[in-house]
Amino acid sequence: MRSRVVITGLGPVCSAGVGIDALWQALQEEQSSISTIQNFDASGFRPKLAGEVRDVKIRDFVPKSYRKATKVMARDTELAVIAAKVAANDAGLTTRGSEDSDEGYEIDPHRTGCQIGAGLIAADTEELARAVVSAEDEQGQFSMEKWGTESQGESGMNNLPPLWLLKYLPNMLACHVTIIHGLEGPSNTIMGAEASAILSIGESARVIERGSADICFTGGAESRINPLGLLRWDYSGRLADTKNETDSSKITLPYHNKSSGGIIGEAGGMLVIECEESAKNRDAKIYAKIAGFGSAQSPSPMFAKLQSNTPAETSDRGLEAAIEAALRDAQIDPDQIDVIIPLGIGVPELDQLESNALSAIFDERVGEIPLVLPTHLIGNTMAAHGGIMTALGAKCLYTQCLPSYFTLNHDRSISTQHPSTEVEINTVLVCTSSLGGQAGALVLKR
Amino acid sequence: MVAAQSDASSSDAHRVVITGMGWVTPLGADIDSTWNKLIATQSAIGPVTRFDASTCSTNFAAEVKDFDLKEFLSDESGLHANAGVGTQFALAATISAWKMAGLDTKTSDLKRTGIYLGAGEGGLDYPPYMAANIAGWDHETRKLNSVDWIKKAYEGMQPIAEIEQEPQLASSHISAELGTMGPTLNCMTACAASTQAIGEAFEIIRRGDADVMIAGGCHSMIHPLGMTGFMRLTAMSTRRDDPQTASRPFDNSRDGFVMGEGAGIIILESLQSAKARGATILAEVAGFGSTADAYRITDIHPDGKGGAGAMSAALKQAGIDPSSTDSDGRPMVHYISAHGTGTQENDKTESNGVRSVFGDLAPKVPFSSIKSMMGHLIQAAGAVELITCIQAIQTGIIPPTANLNDLDPACGLDHVPNIPRDMNDSGGVDVCLSNSFGFGGQNDTICIRKFVD
Repeated sequence: MRSRVVITGLGPVCSAGVGIDALWQALQEEQSSISTIQNFDASGFRPKLAGEVRDVKIRDFVPKSYRKATKVMARDTELAVIAAKVAANDAGLTTRGSEDSDEGYEIDPHRTGCQIGAGLIAADTEELARAVVSAEDEQGQFSMEKWGTESQGESGMNNLPPLWLLKYLPNMLACHVTIIHGLEGPSNTIMGAEASAILSIGESARVIERGSADICFTGGAESRINPLGLLRWDYSGRLADTKNETDSSKITLPYHNKSSGGIIGEAGGMLVIECEESAKNRDAKIYAKIAGFGSAQSPSPMFAKLQSNTPAETSDRGLEAAIEAALRDAQIDPDQIDVIIPLGIGVPELDQLESNALSAIFDERVGEIPLVLPTHLIGNTMAAHGGIMTALGAKCLYTQCLPSYFTLNHDRSISTQHPSTEVEINTVLVCTSSLGGQAGALVLKR
Repeated sequence: MVAAQSDASSSDAHRVVITGMGWVTPLGADIDSTWNKLIATQSAIGPVTRFDASTCSTNFAAEVKDFDLKEFLSDESGLHANAGVGTQFALAATISAWKMAGLDTKTSDLKRTGIYLGAGEGGLDYPPYMAANIAGWDHETRKLNSVDWIKKAYEGMQPIAEIEQEPQLASSHISAELGTMGPTLNCMTACAASTQAIGEAFEIIRRGDADVMIAGGCHSMIHPLGMTGFMRLTAMSTRRDDPQTASRPFDNSRDGFVMGEGAGIIILESLQSAKARGATILAEVAGFGSTADAYRITDIHPDGKGGAGAMSAALKQAGIDPSSTDSDGRPMVHYISAHGTGTQENDKTESNGVRSVFGDLAPKVPFSSIKSMMGHLIQAAGAVELITCIQAIQTGIIPPTANLNDLDPACGLDHVPNIPRDMNDSGGVDVCLSNSFGFGGQNDTICIRKFVD
């Protein structure tokens, strides 16, 4: 007998603010939080705007005894830790990481797992460059001989802190969260660019379903708003050139042929999910049920185009297959989906692939289904995004309200925006594809 | 999700078998050459040739030699022309495994064929990256000038080289090669990754979400910053005067691990699917256990409780009681492929974990580490070592722990020192465990057994 899985805690931490209410309000008011990058001087970069998490300090989200350990956290890890704390509080959980003032349901460490979607974490450029220049040769080039440790006391790699590597291992997001909260159940770190968090949430749901845990901390976190991270994502062809832009509202237009491209964001998108029995026994607030999960792969993903000019397909077949699998898992027909939360990255070519996949599944109905879209307001938060999208879906179901939404026109080249509305919502589809062609879909039910 | 399916765990659809395997290791780029060297106690460790490591405290590693992806590919579409080293290893191992399994892209249900890898990140594109780091440094302010940095980076760093470093691209390449469309995930749980990938892929088939899963991992950290990271952690052996014997798991003189690289890929399949195609079954996956230490980012819990928890969970799922014996008084597990890195801490705590799971029987369970010969393949290690278990079941031979001449009593189990053990006259090898533990306290164990219909 498989357990049913429900969402009981939401912890989105993004440029719109900390917690689901700040994000919800941003969508209600169509308020963009994208602005000129402050994390570092990005004035020389083609993308110069981003959705940054500001005025949030990691110290305020870890127990006092753990403050020292925050020194070895990359920003990605900080965002995961913050979002996990917000989600745990929202779920009313008490863990090893709770302060005395917190009162809630005490978790069983062995029955609590942690699956987090992560991205490729870039080494801190300033820290590395400081060490690298100490190994510069007479020609001004990096010298491996000088970098080595045997001959040089004060130069080369000795300038990097001993725990340097541990800052950049992608599993450190989950490791810090498990250590802080004392989660000893199954743990995993999934990497699939924009699909990471949806895939992680799906994995967590499977872990609970098969009885390996009662509760999971799940979702994703990522920040590419640093020199190397931003360069890499600029190179993916998914970002608009915003060198000369200051008005963020006209750049990313989801599903619109006039959109000039995507915007990067950073976020922690963590949730608490648990088996229905556990949630009911402790009288938890249940936002929604995870009714279905599907994952799939597009055999000709966009990277192939960069490789060898392979012609792109007209529809994202991986996304189609993931949605089909999620609907099958939830035992529902496409007709029963009331709301869709897709990526809507704002790159016309990619949005077309995505909307074509949606219309392959939903047929003519695709123009009628409300699309709830956060991406143009907070940026593409990569490995966190699925957690943000799922939190929105859960809130839609819980409040029976859409914060604002879009609909597609008949040929899906233009979208129309609509204000917040109350409407009966029984089923929400959350889905995305990714740079490498990995795709994931979740069906959420009331 | 779907609640009301009958418990059909004993039926063929819910049993998962292994029908193919592929090895690209420092000992060889195929099963036979790697295996023959493993059971001849040969070392693949030598000086680093990928870059000038002459002034590094660790200047040796186990590199994959004489490898050419073209020998594995059937066409020259150019799709993999820019693939990183790790991805190339994964592609070659996948193609070998796919062929061994007798699978055909024309007859396979590709929507029911998925991929679950523990693929590591690609190596950096050093010359332009380092040039940008040098150009971006302002010597006066002793700070980074990111405007200078990006100017140089845009000049030299290439889009495709950067994108190929994304770890999930290994599975994207495999999918592009074979046309698979099923569930596709990549996990990065450090040194436990590919064991976890195989375990999670096993669960995907058990649940009925796919019929066939390509599972395993690939990694190469034999590049300047990869090696740097572990040198700064002082996790690697510095036995520069004798690299061939530097990897000494369970030995008193062990002083750290030796870096390796490569890929291990297996084909997992529902028994139903394997039978329907008349496939040769190499072994059955019996159980998977995964735990988190939740202890420290740098250290393993000294009791080895996380590792013990993973082993216990895998055995429980397999329905094996570790404290029981067969009618000949033999423990029910015939071989454990150790994580056995050769660091002081790992080998001791892992041995403690085995003792706590098997109790008095622990010294009777052969427990060796092939890292003694091919080094630590990081994210690829678990999959490569699970293939060792499959080979042990197939041949009845257990590979040794090389360089074990002065057993550390704190380890003190049957580590099969230096000489492979032929078990064919003493009941063969039917049940194996493969352990993998990662930084940050990620523990994964897989249990496989000889297939009996």
